[in-house]
Formats: sequence, C-alpha cells, structure tokens
Amino acid sequence: MNKPAVMANRERADLWHARSKVRAHSVQTWASLSIATLTCVAVVLSAYSIARYAIAQGWDRLPVWIGAGVFMTVAVLVAASAARALQLSKHAQLARDVYDGRALGARASEQSWRAISYSGALVILCIFAWFMVVNDAAVSRTFFDVDLIARSAGTVLKAFGTNFFIFTVSAFLILIWALVIAIARTLPGKAGRPIRMLAIIYSDLFRGLPAIITIYLIGFGLPLTNLPILKDLSSSAYAIIALTLTYGAYTSEVYRAGIESIHPSQIAAARSLGLSYSKTMRYVIVPQAVRGIIPPLMNNCISLQKDTALVAIIGTIDAFNQSKIIASNNFNLSAVTTVAIIFILLTIPQARLVDRLIERDRNKRRSG
Amino acid sequence: MALVEVDKATKRYGSLTVLNGLSLDIEAHQVVCLIGPSGCGKSTLLRCINRLETIQDGEIRLHGDRITGPGVDLDLLRREVGIVFQGYNLFPHMSVLENITLGPLKVLGMPRAEARDKAMSLLARIGLAHKAGEYPDRLSGGQQQRVAIVRALMMDPALLLLDEITSALDPELVSEVLDIVRDLARNGMTMVLATHEMGFAREVADKVCFLHAGVVHEEGPPSQIFGDPQDERTRAFLKSIIDAGRL
Ligand SMILES: Nc1ncnc2c1ncn2[C@@H]1O[C@H](COP(=O)(O)OP(=O)(O)OP(=O)(O)O)[C@@H](O)[C@H]1O
Ligand SMILES: [Mg+2]
Repeated sequence: MNKPAVMANRERADLWHARSKVRAHSVQTWASLSIATLTCVAVVLSAYSIARYAIAQGWDRLPVWIGAGVFMTVAVLVAASAARALQLSKHAQLARDVYDGRALGARASEQSWRAISYSGALVILCIFAWFMVVNDAAVSRTFFDVDLIARSAGTVLKAFGTNFFIFTVSAFLILIWALVIAIARTLPGKAGRPIRMLAIIYSDLFRGLPAIITIYLIGFGLPLTNLPILKDLSSSAYAIIALTLTYGAYTSEVYRAGIESIHPSQIAAARSLGLSYSKTMRYVIVPQAVRGIIPPLMNNCISLQKDTALVAIIGTIDAFNQSKIIASNNFNLSAVTTVAIIFILLTIPQARLVDRLIERDRNKRRSG
Repeated sequence: MALVEVDKATKRYGSLTVLNGLSLDIEAHQVVCLIGPSGCGKSTLLRCINRLETIQDGEIRLHGDRITGPGVDLDLLRREVGIVFQGYNLFPHMSVLENITLGPLKVLGMPRAEARDKAMSLLARIGLAHKAGEYPDRLSGGQQQRVAIVRALMMDPALLLLDEITSALDPELVSEVLDIVRDLARNGMTMVLATHEMGFAREVADKVCFLHAGVVHEEGPPSQIFGDPQDERTRAFLKSIIDAGRL
C-alpha cells in the first residue's frame, strides 16, 4: 500500500551509504577547543590574581599556591583534552576505513562534550571565586570568617540538639497523624461523610496557613489561654505541635495521592475476596502505596528539618537563634553560616537517597 | 546481499545470555517471522536490530554496512528501520494526525501540507481517515495499533520490525491489524514479525525462524517449519501451540 516505501532495494542501499558517512564532528570539536582555551586562560589569570590577593591578606603561601595550581592544571588538562578531540576528529575525517572513522568520530564527539562541560564548571567556579574576593573580599569576610565559624561551631552544634529533638518527635507524630487524616479523607460512602468533611477542612486550613504563623499563634497563643497542661508546655513542645499540624496536612496529601494511585481494580479484587474495607487497606492498598510515596515523604522530611529553624520566632534557643546571638555579638554573620552548613550537611545525604529511590523505582517500571 | 545480516550476535543482560551468537539474514521484500516460547529473545533481537539495545559481540549489517559499533548515526538508522511495539505507544497528548505527522515534520522536515496529505492517504487506506482528529484514548486497541503502524510507515522505512503487535488485542480486533500487515507484505515491504499468531505466520511469512537458546534453532519456509519440522525442539514447541488451540 505504501508505494514509496517499496523503493527499489538497490536505490535504497545507495541512499543509505550516501547518508551514513563518517561523522567527524569537526564543528563541535572546534567549538570545544575554543571554549576550553578561553576557559583555560580565564582560569589561569583568575587563579593567579586571587592567589596573590590571598597571600597579601596573610594566608599561607604553600596551600594557596597549591590550590591555585590545582585549578590551573585542571584547566590546562581540559584544554589539552579538547585539542585531543580535535585531533581525533581530523583522524576521523582522514580515516580510510569507514568503521575506524566512525569510532574515532564518536570518541571525538564524546571527548569534546566532556571538555565543554568541564569548561562550563570551571567558569562557574571562577565566577564564584571572583564573587568572594571582589570589593576587598567583602563577601567572604561577611559570610565566611573561618575563625568565627570554628569558634561558634561547638555552641551552635549544641543548640542544634533542640532542632534535632523537635524534628525527630514531630516527624514521628506527623507520620501517624497524617495517615489518620488520609484515611479519614478516603473513607467511603455517605456514612463517612462528616469525618471526611472535617478532614478536608483541616487540611485546607493548615495547608493554607504559613508554617511561621502557625508556630507564632500556637507558641504565644496557647500559654495565654490558661488551659491546664497546654498553657505551660516548653516552647519546643509548642513548636512540635505547630509543625505536626502543618506538616500533617501536607503529608496526608502525600499518603492520599499514594492510596489513590493504586488502581481501583485492586480494591475490587481485594473486596471480591471478602476482605473488609479496612483489611483491604491494610493488606493490599497501603503496602502498594507506600512504595511510591517514599520519595515525596522524604522530601517532606527534608523540608520539615529545615523548618525547625522557624521556631526561633517563639524564642526557642535552637541553632538558628543561638547563631543569631553570636552573630550580633561579633557583628559578623559567619556564625549563621555555621548553622547553614550544618543544615546543608544534614540534608545532602537525604537528597541523594531520594534520588536513588526515584531512580530505583524508574528502573523497576522500565523492566516491568 | 541481504538487507539485514545478523552475524553471530550476542546479547547479555548481566549473567543472562539472551542472544548467543545468533545469525539471521533478512532479504529485501521478504517477511520473516520469529517464533519461539516466551522469553526466548524475540523482542531482544528486534530491539538490537534498531539499536534500542546494543549487542556485546558479533555484528549486524544493514545494506552491508555495519550498524553495531561506535559512531553510527542512530537517528538515521531508526529512520531506516521502523519498529512497532505491542503496547501501541501513541503519544496521548496528540491527535492521530499529529501523532503520525510528528516524525515527517520534525525529523524529515517535510512540508506540513505534504505530510498531511500523505498521512490522510495512509489513514484512508486503513479506513481511519475519519479519526484523524481524535485523541488516542478515544480509539479502540485495534485502531490505535493501526495508527501506530502508520506512524512507523510515514518515515518510509526500509525495514519494519513488528513486535507482537496483536497480542494486546481482543481476538476480533486482531484481523484488522493483520490485514494491514498482509497488505504491506503484498506490496513488498520488508518486515520482521515476532509473533504468537502461528496461523498468520504460516500465511504471510516467506521465512519462519524458531528461536531457542539464543540462536535460530531452525529456519525455513512456513510450509516446512509448520508442516514438517526437522528439529525435536521445534516439534515440541509447535505441539504445545497446537495443544493450546492456537494453530
Ligand atoms: N532490560 C532487561 N534486563 C534484563 N533482562 C531482560 C531485559 N529485557 C529482557 N530481558 C530478559 O531477556 C529474555 C528475553 O526477553 P525477550 O523480551 O526478548 O523475550 P521474548 O521472546 O520477546 O518473549 P515474549 O514472547 O514473552 O515477548 C527474558 O528472559 C527477559 O527476562
Ligand atoms: Mg517480546
């Protein structure tokens, strides 16, 4: 039916051979060589002048020159590899054997892309380094006073215990509380309606409220109510309550999305075995749902960890508050940088873990 | 020279060897059917031929040109070798017409009007011209699969790989898809089919290959493979098919 597709075979073969020539990627390798060369020049000049500046500021000569030397060497190596790519591309053009030519071309392309991406990274590092030293190193003095960072680390780390406590307790409570809300929101039928409505109102309310306001209202409000027990909890406890309420609303949505992502036929299959609604949930739906929701749960977890710093507004002496005190005593923000570093060091492994989990899930689906 | 020559191809997934030095020639204008039990590597072979998978050993040649190994222009290869999968894989956010003109417009740079005319004439041939504006989820499985075949044909491939294109379909929809394949075969389209439809393989194939243990265990014209199989394994496989009432 498709006449053009049935072009004479001979003709097709000729067309194929005409088209599938060796690709030497010469434009790309030239571009990569120019980029890498420019980068190399920029890096060498920057590393040299920044090193000179650092030494003038009283840094030790040896480590500074070693650091600068490493950068320069990398830049030169990248430029060399771009040159090598160009050479490969020339060889590919001249190769007498088409297969050798293709292999050389593929290597040239690969190597030139690598040179380009390394150059990009070097340029970004260079810009960052300049940002740190311009204006008489204003940026690094303000944020990265190494001495103050080192001195404040102990105190700040101790105060971080409060953040950790708040985080752990509320994470635990949130996981349970959110599941309760999620199940309440998915209760079936007319009978479940009032509970469902309450759960919806709750999630709408606490997802709408900024966490900082919830913390403020609870932290300053509850003590004023004179309610027994609730009025004289510690400020950490108020923080835990506020964060649990806020994150419970978010996390219940994660659970709910997980539950609803399971195909309805699974519920039908379980119910047709005679399992009750709750048994269906318990043995069939929730175990399947959990797999898909672990990455978003971990994301919530990371975000909760960071939001423990919000408790500073109700006067809890957490790491952030502590560092602010140190910062104002020293007229320098580097103590706050210490907290920032602690938070970052803590979240990076978790972020990588989330990536791994997502990747694993993708692989499963691909082979499945 | 055959259109495609698979020469001692070996494909491993970790420790599992799926293709074990498999050789197979596909002549131009022929229909080759791959049969064999589930998991014997039919899909893997097809995916290796258009480089969705890379073989570790041996080589595959197209028009006598080695297409395994580094530096092969894969985009060009996939224009020359079309593939249709079991699950139609139409793009759900595009209408039928958009689905089948995407390749010609974006890859071949065909003018819009020409792509449209070509698409409409192909759609008319498979009786789906009135569905050009529909979205895939409003078509039946058989209709979707026919559109998927047309989408591959729009690129004028020299070779069309069809991987169990009817096994996700209801029995009454199978024939409408097979009719297209039959029509293509009559017009000299070169095709390789991985299939469980033995009756159809018998009717349409020029050559039937029985895959077992990572090699072509027995090959020959359908009359021989189905009528007078030489090999013990082939016989056992066909017997199981006949017992299941599928031949
Ligand atoms: N991506 C992969 N990773 C690991 N193993 C794989 C992968 N793809 C296929 N396999 C394995 O390779 C073997 C051959 O698979 P293939 O899909 O080619 O079989 P098939 O002959 O097409 O079977 P069917 O008739 O069921 O479609 C199977 O054992 C399968 O488990
Ligand atoms: Mg298969």
